[in-house]
Amino acid sequence: MRRTPTAVGAATAAGVALSLSACSGQTGADDGTLVVTDTMSATSAPVYEEIYDACAADLGLDVRANHVAGSGLIATVLQQASSQTLPDVLMLDNPDVQQIASSGALSPLGDYGITGAGLPQGVLDAGTYDGALYGITPVVNSIGLFYDARALAEAGVEPPTTWDELRTAAAELTTEDRYGIAFSATNSFEGTWQFLPFLWSNGAEEDDLASPEAVEALELVDALVEDGSASASVVNWSQNDVNDQFIAGNTAMMVNGPWNMPSLEAAEGLEYASVPLPVPAAGDTLEAPLGGEAFTVPDTGNPEKMAAAGAFVDCVTAGENQLTMATGRGAVPADSAVAAEAARQNPTIATFVDTVQTARARTALLGPDWPQAATQIYTAEQLALTDTESPAEALERVAAQD
Amino acid sequence: MTTTLAAGPRGAAAPPSSPPPTRRRARRRELTAQWLFLVPAIAYVLIFFGYPIVKNLVMGFQDYSVRTFVTGEAPWVGLANYAEVVSSGIFRTTVVNTALFTLGSIAGQFVIGLLFALFFKRRFPLNNVLRSLLLLPWLLPMIAGSAVWRWILDQDGGILNETLQGIGLIDDPIRWLTSPDIALVAVILVNVWVGIPFNMTLLYSGLQNIPDELYEAGALDGATGWKAFCYITWPNLRSVVNVVLVLGVIYTLKVLDIILGLTGGGPANATQTLATDSYRRSFQEFSFGTGAAVSNVLIVVSLVFAVVYLRANRRAEEE
Repeated sequence: MRRTPTAVGAATAAGVALSLSACSGQTGADDGTLVVTDTMSATSAPVYEEIYDACAADLGLDVRANHVAGSGLIATVLQQASSQTLPDVLMLDNPDVQQIASSGALSPLGDYGITGAGLPQGVLDAGTYDGALYGITPVVNSIGLFYDARALAEAGVEPPTTWDELRTAAAELTTEDRYGIAFSATNSFEGTWQFLPFLWSNGAEEDDLASPEAVEALELVDALVEDGSASASVVNWSQNDVNDQFIAGNTAMMVNGPWNMPSLEAAEGLEYASVPLPVPAAGDTLEAPLGGEAFTVPDTGNPEKMAAAGAFVDCVTAGENQLTMATGRGAVPADSAVAAEAARQNPTIATFVDTVQTARARTALLGPDWPQAATQIYTAEQLALTDTESPAEALERVAAQD
Repeated sequence: MTTTLAAGPRGAAAPPSSPPPTRRRARRRELTAQWLFLVPAIAYVLIFFGYPIVKNLVMGFQDYSVRTFVTGEAPWVGLANYAEVVSSGIFRTTVVNTALFTLGSIAGQFVIGLLFALFFKRRFPLNNVLRSLLLLPWLLPMIAGSAVWRWILDQDGGILNETLQGIGLIDDPIRWLTSPDIALVAVILVNVWVGIPFNMTLLYSGLQNIPDELYEAGALDGATGWKAFCYITWPNLRSVVNVVLVLGVIYTLKVLDIILGLTGGGPANATQTLATDSYRRSFQEFSFGTGAAVSNVLIVVSLVFAVVYLRANRRAEEE
């Protein structure tokens, strides 16, 4: 009987090892191959793989890439962390970097001479935990205001640049069978992400949600629904739903990100354009949230491979590769100089090039505590937009739950 | 595992082939053989049911975070997780929602399921075909089902609102999934739709077990229609009804996918239940300790109903 648990243990271990090697391509044996796990979709993966191959050739490395779904990544990472089978290079959504870094699973990129020079502050903030840089985001995104150019021309409306103009424009663009504006205010972090530009640009902070500035921001969004300029369904719309509504012509404007541009290009008869999101008053600075996936080097306990992984990350995130990735995915190069070049080459991305220069990392202020604040923000927005409570009451309630 | 499996049959086959042993030895052998047969089942239950439940119970008392997965450290925090869960503003909402969701779903599923079962007990053409079609909601992946329902229930262009407006029942579109007052009703409606096949199938097989002679004899005494149902069908169906209701409660308490697919717990937490809150805490906020605390509450409630189920089952067997 003593043998049974051992046998079961051995069988389980073998099974786990087998399934791990099946999904992560990592074999227990140290064959020197660098394993990269990223969250690229089937359409973006070839762009990245080409860059991986070039860097691997330059550095004389063997590199194998796995592409996993972004939604399941954290669960996979936690499981790999507990079984000590993390890949050599790991891609993480930027707001998750601090969370994972705080657990001690990542190694500081400074060890490999990566300093992040030339990157905007927001990008550095997103990758920094406790003063050390852990993740580098080669291409970034944010959100802006997309509009149906023909609808605006017909209604004689200029793209809005301030909150007042936004409210007026949305009302004027609303017709019998079309809303003026659509955005996502869903019961998830997507809702939070879309509310942040209004919150931050008005000078509010996520650690003081009951502030008058935060209330004003929520009142603006609430007013868009109250006016009938936005559907009450926004509380149940993901960003994909919002994009579908825009393509279907159900809304004249939408808040969304540059990753939608391939589908907008493909939509027949749609003449779209984009501007940065409106700010409270003319001359204010837009502070939108920074999106994008960071490359990190997990602490695998093998200094040689970690050094190789560091060199690999340095190569992959270099300026010319940023440009390739950005073009391939509808994103903005993180490096300010490269971004300016991208805007010259592709004017449709110019809106977002401007926006990301002043974009903020979601984890800049609260670090690993960001998820709690994010939950409070979308909860308050839902309470207000469903008329359960006034914007001020809603924000006070969630702020009191600290 | 392999050793036990190999030893089991050999142990059982041993007595006839070996020379007649003493009575005590034979008895011990038989006992060993019995245990060997039990071991695989016990091991299975312990590994796949016991371990996760114990682990979950323990996690509820630990500060179990992302860090734990890397360092293996999960500091003991006593009842802190439970205190945090119970004192959070959302706890009352989730408990009330869970109760309403369970009661509403069970009532709807059971009544409609029973009506269908009674209907299909009659013999008529296409009976089998129609009955199989009713199983469809059961076969459909929940996430696909809820995606379709989201589209049906959409406020602005959803087919349900269009239809109701078309036939003049309502003037303004109903905000099925976006009004905090109605969303829970909508989610219950969809869950009723999902649960009907389960209720119908079990109740239908229960009805099949009631001998026709009872109805024939009852009919002679004037028990037909409603009376036949009250005095013949219902008393004979009681044990099946108990099982259906208790299993229904346990299945409904833990429903997650339908709610996540339809509303994600919104709007304004109107459809947030203990199950979705546990999921949110664990997998969105990475606070596995409090997530486990919420699901432990759920486990205790389910356990109560499981005991009720077992007792009802035993009574049914005794009858």
